[in-house]
Amino acid sequence: MFLSFNKKVFIFVVLIHIYNSNKMNKRLKLIIAFSFTVAVAIIAFHGCNSSASKAAGGVLNSDAASAVYVAPGEYDEFYGFMSGGFSGQVSVYGIPSGRLLKVIPVFSQDAEKGYGYNEETKPMLNTSFGFVPWDDAHHPELSQTSGETDGRWLFINGNNTPRIARIDLSTFETAEIIEIPNSGGNHSSPFTTENTEYVVAGTRFGVPYPQKDVAISSYEENFKGMLTYVSVGEEGEMEVAFQVLLPAFDYDLAHSGKGKSHGWTFFTSYNTEQKHDLLEVNASQNDKDFIAAINWKKAEEYLAEGTFHEVPAEYYVNRYSDRTHMATSEKRENVKVLIPEECPGLVYFLPTPKSPHGVDVDPTGEYIIGNGKLSADLTVHSFTNMLQAIEDEAFETTIEGVPVLQYDKVLGGVVTKPGLGPLHTEFDNEGNAYTTFFISSEVVKWKVGTWEVLDRVPTYYSVGHLMIPGGDSRKPDGKYMVALNKITKDRYLPTGPEMNHSAQLYDISGDKMKLILDFPTIGEPHYAQGIAAEKIVSKSKRIFPLEENEHPYRALGEKDTRVERSGNTVHVYMTTIRSHFAPDNIEGIRVGDDVYFHVTNLEQDFDVPHGFAVQGALNAELLIMPGQTETLYWKPQREGVFPFYCTDFCSALHQEMQGYIRVSPAGSNTELSWSTGEPES
Amino acid sequence: MKSLPRILMFLAVILLASLFIWPMWSITLLAPQYPDGVQMHIYIDKIGGSSPGTLQNVNILNHYIGMKKIEPDSIPELKYMTPIVIFFMVTSLIAALMDRKMIYGIWAGLLLLVFCVGLYDFYLWEYDYGHNLDPNAPMKFDGASFQPPLLGRKEILNFTAISVPHIGGILAGLSLLLAIIAFWLKSKVTAK
Repeated sequence: MFLSFNKKVFIFVVLIHIYNSNKMNKRLKLIIAFSFTVAVAIIAFHGCNSSASKAAGGVLNSDAASAVYVAPGEYDEFYGFMSGGFSGQVSVYGIPSGRLLKVIPVFSQDAEKGYGYNEETKPMLNTSFGFVPWDDAHHPELSQTSGETDGRWLFINGNNTPRIARIDLSTFETAEIIEIPNSGGNHSSPFTTENTEYVVAGTRFGVPYPQKDVAISSYEENFKGMLTYVSVGEEGEMEVAFQVLLPAFDYDLAHSGKGKSHGWTFFTSYNTEQKHDLLEVNASQNDKDFIAAINWKKAEEYLAEGTFHEVPAEYYVNRYSDRTHMATSEKRENVKVLIPEECPGLVYFLPTPKSPHGVDVDPTGEYIIGNGKLSADLTVHSFTNMLQAIEDEAFETTIEGVPVLQYDKVLGGVVTKPGLGPLHTEFDNEGNAYTTFFISSEVVKWKVGTWEVLDRVPTYYSVGHLMIPGGDSRKPDGKYMVALNKITKDRYLPTGPEMNHSAQLYDISGDKMKLILDFPTIGEPHYAQGIAAEKIVSKSKRIFPLEENEHPYRALGEKDTRVERSGNTVHVYMTTIRSHFAPDNIEGIRVGDDVYFHVTNLEQDFDVPHGFAVQGALNAELLIMPGQTETLYWKPQREGVFPFYCTDFCSALHQEMQGYIRVSPAGSNTELSWSTGEPES
Repeated sequence: MKSLPRILMFLAVILLASLFIWPMWSITLLAPQYPDGVQMHIYIDKIGGSSPGTLQNVNILNHYIGMKKIEPDSIPELKYMTPIVIFFMVTSLIAALMDRKMIYGIWAGLLLLVFCVGLYDFYLWEYDYGHNLDPNAPMKFDGASFQPPLLGRKEILNFTAISVPHIGGILAGLSLLLAIIAFWLKSKVTAK
């Protein structure tokens, strides 16, 4: 059971070799033969056992297939947005079919769509470290109004180079990325407030504040943990509103309050030991770590009265416009920092066993679930008790100006021994909670308020986050639950050493959870969000109106197409329409020029993008939506005549959608010219 | 109900005014890869469609088989029709004020004549677009015609083309009917 198949085979081979060697006496041979028989029996037994257990995992109610069947031409009931984890992107699935609808490039360059390669989207990936073409995306979070998902935007955090991205759900494209200063590992993010007043960020790794060259062993003295509030404007535009300076714990996850707890955000922490090496041991010593409760309405008061420090901090805000079809980067120079010692009532620590991972607030806003991943029990704090404890000043101690509330005064309940390694909890609309257990690889359903366990189902294998559409909002849609697993092993056909992470879909509309679908995902889908399709479908754009195109290098018709040279820089104003480029013959380019192909797609029909690729390009292709202008940079290296063509099969004459660009030697006087074959009539 | 014919003629003015709001005719192209169809709308003064890009989309489709580009600027009828409609609205008002059987009859007769001429003209345009094909078109079909139907449905290559009056056209047709009823009512009154 504990040996992999490969190891079993290895033991076989060793046994046979020993048996065949002549150096052994007969008795030993007998013993070996006996052992061999036993081994075969054990392996046979285990083989049966594992196939039996697999069959059990595969046993479905006969109606499972119809429960997830979405007939050809029909639509899924929900959109599921899954983080791409180390792919840096977001993947969009239909629920319940598990069909992949789209991969949205966010933090990573995507050659397929030209994202991060074309001139327009390169600025999206600018940071204070320069152009960063990758990140580790963890937690998608839908925007909310009155605590309910509203289908305007999807936010997601970048962990490695701390950032938050905003995806516009009318285009399913990344509209903005903001860098988070004074942080290392933006994990406890973005987790919106009830009306998307803010999305939050928090440093998972304590870092020197301000960042400087110090001995790592001076951790307790020099390192800090910064929590960040990013305001979200009417059009979605993000700005760092303020930061809260806290001890250098590892701030792991967060959720903002809702309903009665609106105005607060809860951040889990581990490594309250403040260690900097061998954390798996050293950060697992304290019986209780903390949930940091931040009163952000109080923070607004302190900001208004000027009780903050304006400190220098370099970070970038990158915004994409659907009018200019371009992103622009702006550098910010400072942030407002609040210090708890100077701001009483701003932060409290809630002791929580043990290295809590997820922190989840139930739909009423009353209960705060601390998923203590090394704890045998699941700890639930009560918001009402917390307010009472604050009023009664029931403090255990104070750490760097932050009162630590007494554990038994804030405790609301305990789910006793529900499983091993609780990580995350989501809710349905009938007062039930669903918690994932990584170590025991299961989801456990329990009743909020009575704390009794109602049901449990296995996951395949080692579940991390789970997602119920609206499951972290005030209005969960308790029909489906998706388990997002960390380990795949034998769930699908093998694909070499690397397997895509698996997800399982459960029907949770009845008393018992029912497994109905199993599907692979992209990258590592840490967290996910789900939303009723109808909240998005009607807002989805089909084209970009040409007359609204404000790209500085647009060509709104073939009459506007041209080639302009200034020094060594050449701008090609090009258009596409089924099925030709204008111009499609260009001459007078020289080796070493900096050529910019500005391609405007004149199409105004849904789902008629054109692609643009040119031989010798060192970046990628362009994929231009109807009404859009995109720019590919090209540096001709050799003399010759090079073809360019449309990469997206656009029409019956797609293969004919091609052209040539002639490259003459540097300094040649080939006349700059361009043309489009005039059809004879 | 002595004033009924008059009321009908006033109503006819309003019905004709609908031509300034709604298209008079629509040609819809249906094919599997166009789930919403491509619906072209013909107004008295312009050519539009169910989406702002419709005319461009129709022209893109047409260019594969060498049909001429539909350019509203080169269709003189789109300039004539507005004054014609205004003429009929004004004369309908005058007819209502005069309230004479003969006037109603002449008005209705003239409108019917204009409708007939209009439809014949529409047919000629369709014939021209359908037959006068570019010999250099990427796709050629010997002896084929791509003329859309005047009224009703017709299969053209992979498309089903449906040609029917739109709201403006139907209401304008109704105004003719009202004028005929007015004429008929007035005839009965005069006969008594």
